[in-house]
Amino acid sequence: MELTRRKAILLGAGAFLAAGLPFRASAALEDKIAEFTGGAEVGAGDIQLTAPEIAENGNTVPIEVSSDTADEIMVLALGNPTPSVATFKFGKLAASRTASTRIRLAGTQDVIAIAKLPDGSFVQATSTVKVTIGGCGG
Amino acid sequence: MASGVKPRVKVPKTAAAGEAITIKTLISHKMESGQRKDDDGNVIPRSIINRFTCDFNGESVIDVVLEPAISTNPYLEFEALVPETGEFKFTWYDDDGSVYEETKEITVG
Repeated sequence: MELTRRKAILLGAGAFLAAGLPFRASAALEDKIAEFTGGAEVGAGDIQLTAPEIAENGNTVPIEVSSDTADEIMVLALGNPTPSVATFKFGKLAASRTASTRIRLAGTQDVIAIAKLPDGSFVQATSTVKVTIGGCGG
Repeated sequence: MASGVKPRVKVPKTAAAGEAITIKTLISHKMESGQRKDDDGNVIPRSIINRFTCDFNGESVIDVVLEPAISTNPYLEFEALVPETGEFKFTWYDDDGSVYEETKEITVG
């Protein structure tokens, strides 16, 4: 096969697109965060995210979020095809701002919990989870 | 998918007034993420439980939005205050429009 000028341009365009993909993924993540925080700055503070350091099976990774005052907590997995994981809204009768569940992780990645505090500010916590077998199938 | 969905909830039968109790819930559901493909390479459509709520005598305890990244048979654990004798109501909302409900009585003694 001869490498014509046309093919060279196509190849270049393909490589450019492939390189651009991670940027698009992170843009989706930023959109998600902006949707939750309304563009407010996210600091550090009253939020804990408990996740295992190493998860053998990415299909069920136990996580726990807790905070002393948060009204809402959003969990995001940065390396998943869609970053959203869950949003917990605590009602009047929630005894503590704690919840645990099991999530899917596509591979080794950072998991973020962002909490909305009653004063309208936002705080976040990050935890890196190493995944031996990814949880997205196919 | 609405077959074989079975909610399971663990709530203590009695509590002291104002006590914080731990509630564990699990519902059997395959939580198809919409990312997987079948043997012919066709994408298997998404079918998940997208929302879970827990109320006590009409007051909200927790309201959770679930995304495809929640594992098969979604499990949730949280804590609730019990101000008086009453009933916990748990509701799961499926993508296909089905709603699964479960109630548990608790006595303040």
